[in-house]
Amino acid sequence: MIRSLHHRGPDGYGFHESGPVGLAHARLSIIDLAGGWQPIHNEDRTVWTVFNGEIFNYIELRAELEALGHRFATNSDTETIVHAYEQFGLAFVEHLNGQFAIALWDETRQRLVLARDRVGIRPLFYCLDRNQLLFASEVKALAAGGATLTLDPVGLGEAFTFWSAVDPQTPFRNVRSLPPGHLLVCENGRQSAQRYWQWTPRADRAIAQLSFEEAAGEVRKRLVEAVRLQLRADVPVGAYLSGGLDSSGIVSLVRNYTRNRVRTFSVAFEEAEFDESESQAAMVRYLNTEHVTVRCSRRQIGERFPQLIWHTETPIVRTAPVPLMMLSGLVRESGYRVVLTGEGADEVFAGYDIFKEAKIRRFWARQPESKWRSSLFGRLYGYLKHSPVGNAQFASSFFGAALTDLANPAYAHGSRWGTTRRIWNFFTPATREALAGRDVQAAMLDTLPAEFAGWDGLSRDQYLESKTLLSGYLLSSQGDRVAMANSIEGRVPFLDHELIEFANALPARYKLRGLEEKAVLRAALSDALPADIIRRTKQPYRAPDSASFFENSQPLPYVSELLSPAALKRAGYFDPALVQRLVEKCRQGRAIGFADNQAFVGILSTMLVHEMFVEGRERNFDTSPAVEEGVRIESVQ
Amino acid sequence: MSPKSEIKQFILGNYLFTNDESALADDDSLLKKGIVDSTGMLELIMHIEEKYGIKVAEDEMVPANLDSVVNVTAFIERKLAK
Repeated sequence: MIRSLHHRGPDGYGFHESGPVGLAHARLSIIDLAGGWQPIHNEDRTVWTVFNGEIFNYIELRAELEALGHRFATNSDTETIVHAYEQFGLAFVEHLNGQFAIALWDETRQRLVLARDRVGIRPLFYCLDRNQLLFASEVKALAAGGATLTLDPVGLGEAFTFWSAVDPQTPFRNVRSLPPGHLLVCENGRQSAQRYWQWTPRADRAIAQLSFEEAAGEVRKRLVEAVRLQLRADVPVGAYLSGGLDSSGIVSLVRNYTRNRVRTFSVAFEEAEFDESESQAAMVRYLNTEHVTVRCSRRQIGERFPQLIWHTETPIVRTAPVPLMMLSGLVRESGYRVVLTGEGADEVFAGYDIFKEAKIRRFWARQPESKWRSSLFGRLYGYLKHSPVGNAQFASSFFGAALTDLANPAYAHGSRWGTTRRIWNFFTPATREALAGRDVQAAMLDTLPAEFAGWDGLSRDQYLESKTLLSGYLLSSQGDRVAMANSIEGRVPFLDHELIEFANALPARYKLRGLEEKAVLRAALSDALPADIIRRTKQPYRAPDSASFFENSQPLPYVSELLSPAALKRAGYFDPALVQRLVEKCRQGRAIGFADNQAFVGILSTMLVHEMFVEGRERNFDTSPAVEEGVRIESVQ
Repeated sequence: MSPKSEIKQFILGNYLFTNDESALADDDSLLKKGIVDSTGMLELIMHIEEKYGIKVAEDEMVPANLDSVVNVTAFIERKLAK
């Protein structure tokens, strides 16, 4: 099992077996290079752990635990986990500030505890297979451990609604993903999942009463603290630089906390439509960083897509993770193994257009006859000026669907989910039948907290964004999985839980001020960045989609093979005749809309998942890295 | 083929990838039913302009002209009659 995770930890393996439990670990050395080998145990070897990730507050937590009488044998962050568990029991996880997937074995109680960080930065999968509980950071390790993988139509239905299956659901029938902020406790032959944290608005009078300027000052202070904590490592830490507010802000703050020149990394595209090189170059000059760029072509996206899916292990509807996989390769080649990223700011401080669109719609719904209110969409989406639906009557019909259905939890997201769900049209009757009567949207909305309906609109929208797109797609297919493909650890200061909790207690108008997104964050960073970056409207990160899979108007060979009627028929998920028409439309370059491109990428990625994980056929790329010479392998007893 | 059948075939084949006529009623709203999104509307206009040699002016881009098979067909016939 552990060898299949070699890319996540190429520096060596460690094992521990005790009665019914086996723990294995692939190490990526970052903290306590000499002493941080896992598994790690407590003083009397009754509590053992392996974990992936970082406990950023390990220095403070260790001091606290030592003062309580615990003795440490290493300088690693891992060891704080076993002592914190001894001290606090299952509440140990509440004392951790970090990004983690933990497995802990309590020998005395014969209890196995799995724990995942609050927002789902690190993955953790498990399955029950022939009376055996298997768990691992990636699904391929479960397969290596003997689990049989088949695709679950419900998982596909969710992926083709929310852009990913929503935890604990996965694309695979018998595999579960531990949801963010949860523990799984296995004891006496039973497993129970327990939530210890969730992304909710917080009522805190002291924070709610802060002025906008005071709130910006607090955001700055807390963000600096998060960056300071997340720079902890015994290896150099680099940073991604997209040219936008979030990553530029992080790099600017990092400069205050390191004596060396900061090393930054970015993606550039051959197609001007997707390229942000100019603003990246301006930021590099301003921040004086040592900067390298990976240039990405359409062709590379098409060619590397199978390798991407080997790492994401799920159908996806966008190609945007490929360039990020290439970027982490550049980081690795540059001799770095840790990078800070600007991910999370849009969720915490309301940066996405979807939040603004919902705000306009709620405002318009108070006076549905108002033409002026509906014309605000033109300000939000500049492209509408040149679009047929920019016409006020069309805009009304386009954005006005269910306008006054304000109590609908999916008020903001319904339109995005509906567009993605058009991929369902390609399902075969058998797949449809398996999904018959299954409303994945209603089922997901059924799991919302009881208090949800009482929250303000923005808080509701932010909650759903974090529950669906953030952990299922952005932190996974576009985050951990593409970084770890090249043994790179990404760190996300904006998702420090204390910063999230603070932001979740701020009034909505501090985040969305009028239609200005992330207003309080802009104010917090105003003296750290040039004015044009502070004022710049968010540019969505995108990459070329279906066009990447055609060369001289012909599909790439593997695309032809996987989307052939015979292959589609054998797999059984999609109707070959419908898919042929879609492929033809893409081949002719007529697929210009989101819906067609999402369908093409979604269907192709599903076929790759099927081929690699269900049929177990290996593709011609490095799927199982060999154990390198000199790699340490040891069994800890 | 009449403009009505042609437009219906175009919408069925291009957005729903099917020949099944029952998948679309002639008076279904293309936007409200989620059959066509904003870029899809652009495709439809390009198709009308190319196929029928007419020019769709900006003030003609309204649901009354473009949001259903019936509306599109009537619009084309009006333009061709001019």
